[in-house]
Amino acid sequence: MQALLDVYKIKQDFPILKRKLRNGKKLIYLDNAATTQKPKQVIDAICKYYSEYNSNIHRAVYQIAEEATEEYEKTRLNIQRFINARHSEEIIFTRNTTESINLIAYAWGKNNIKKGDKIILTEFEHHSNIVPWQMLSNEKGAKINYTDTNDNGYLNLETFSKFLKDEEDTKLVSLSHMSNVLGTINPAREIIKIAHEKKVPVVIDGAQSVPHMHTDVQDLDCDFLAFSAHKMLGPTGVGILYVKKEILEQMPPFITGGDMIREVHKDNTVFNDLPYRFEGGTPNIADVIGFNVAIDYLKRIGMKNVRDHETELIKYLYNSIKDIKGIKIYGPERVMDRGGLVTFNLEGIHPHDCATILDDFGIAIRSGHHCAQVLMEKLDIIASSRASIYIYNTKEEIDIFVDALNHVRRIFKV
Amino acid sequence: MSEDIYREMILDHYRNPRNKGKIEEPDVRIHDSNPLCGDEISIDLKIEGDTIKDVKFDGRGCAISQASASMLTEMVSNKPLTTIKDITKNDILENIGLTNLGPARIKCALLSLKVLKLGMIKFYTDKDPNSAEKLKEESKVF
Repeated sequence: MQALLDVYKIKQDFPILKRKLRNGKKLIYLDNAATTQKPKQVIDAICKYYSEYNSNIHRAVYQIAEEATEEYEKTRLNIQRFINARHSEEIIFTRNTTESINLIAYAWGKNNIKKGDKIILTEFEHHSNIVPWQMLSNEKGAKINYTDTNDNGYLNLETFSKFLKDEEDTKLVSLSHMSNVLGTINPAREIIKIAHEKKVPVVIDGAQSVPHMHTDVQDLDCDFLAFSAHKMLGPTGVGILYVKKEILEQMPPFITGGDMIREVHKDNTVFNDLPYRFEGGTPNIADVIGFNVAIDYLKRIGMKNVRDHETELIKYLYNSIKDIKGIKIYGPERVMDRGGLVTFNLEGIHPHDCATILDDFGIAIRSGHHCAQVLMEKLDIIASSRASIYIYNTKEEIDIFVDALNHVRRIFKV
Repeated sequence: MSEDIYREMILDHYRNPRNKGKIEEPDVRIHDSNPLCGDEISIDLKIEGDTIKDVKFDGRGCAISQASASMLTEMVSNKPLTTIKDITKNDILENIGLTNLGPARIKCALLSLKVLKLGMIKFYTDKDPNSAEKLKEESKVF
């Protein structure tokens, strides 16, 4: 069978995958849900900006500033096409997904959430999609309703619908398209449809989904979408917030100051047009420009191929570890319902000990609560181990990972 | 290499922790966690005069944090309470035989010492609230 993507060729583009670790091992990077590695094309683009046209954007009239502005804005247009947004001004640059969600909570939440209102979240949200809403709810006297999950890691749509039906004052739904712990891909489109029947807007935390599958905001019909460049081959320090134009037009600014204004007088200010009204201060120009190259890289591969590669590899990973004695795997058994990660525990072995031993093999996995302590409480565990894949991971690496897990069990004699 | 970390002594204390549990009516009970990994340790002390007559720890976490707590209880049992002040990070790392831990895992090894030091400070400051700052300084809580 023809491989879905030429992983070995792709690997050549990632300088970090060639380095040797302290014991001479090559890096087997399985912490892609935390951040992905960067291809040399992205690194070069950042370097090129600093070497050839470093300047501040949007204001100056000389050549290099025009070049920088043009490159910066090209990224916005590329993102617009990548997620199929109607308008480029619906794309706002932030620092990360967390800041994107905070922007919604502060700018939109301030005017639209009041005492007694309800916000629906799910039990498996990342802290970044819980804490901003808690802060807002505490300030306004609103309430959060958490949609539960069943034992297989699927969202309980009945509870969700019941919240919407019974609690008249629900003003917002916010959920992750893909859980960063369970790996569950949620039926976002269906949820949005149900919420919209009640005229409730929906925030999609796309941090784990946008990097791994085709995303179409018009098809989803979400009102807000937040995601991060660094989880999809791009640099750190660039977050994206998509907001439907009609909502964005009604939102007051979040960070105020330079660049987001049209006129400033001693007593009043006229704000700039969309989307600049939401991008106060000098932005992360170099990394936004670098992100454009990351999007091009993913587009060249094709998001369907990314998803198919991950599905095949995660199926291989799941089947390779499911029969290990004492292993507990969380989330859906059906690989099609799962993104590119597997979270697990080995009985009698703390995830940190597991990760420390895997490190000897050059294997990088995540261990801990994955910033999802609400879910950890529900699962009644304090921590878990998570292996997450991307376009450069191979079956050979999974084989080494499985051998290493068995080695962990030998050390702990379980 | 992890074989050096997960030696028999650590694994033995992890599986068969000494002084694990709770003291009924302790003179001090103190709890802390490591926000990075969620490791939790609580320590109960029974003090007679100035001597630690009984010490018990409870918690959940990795082999290093739990074994280190177990060994620490053995280290201070029946010792004067003030000895806790002088225990250093290196004392703990040498005691558990892990002087080469990386920065991420060193916190696991030292969590129980932090809790114990906070427990001692709590015991004295309950009696004399003004002594807190001085004790904190002297006992080098990290």
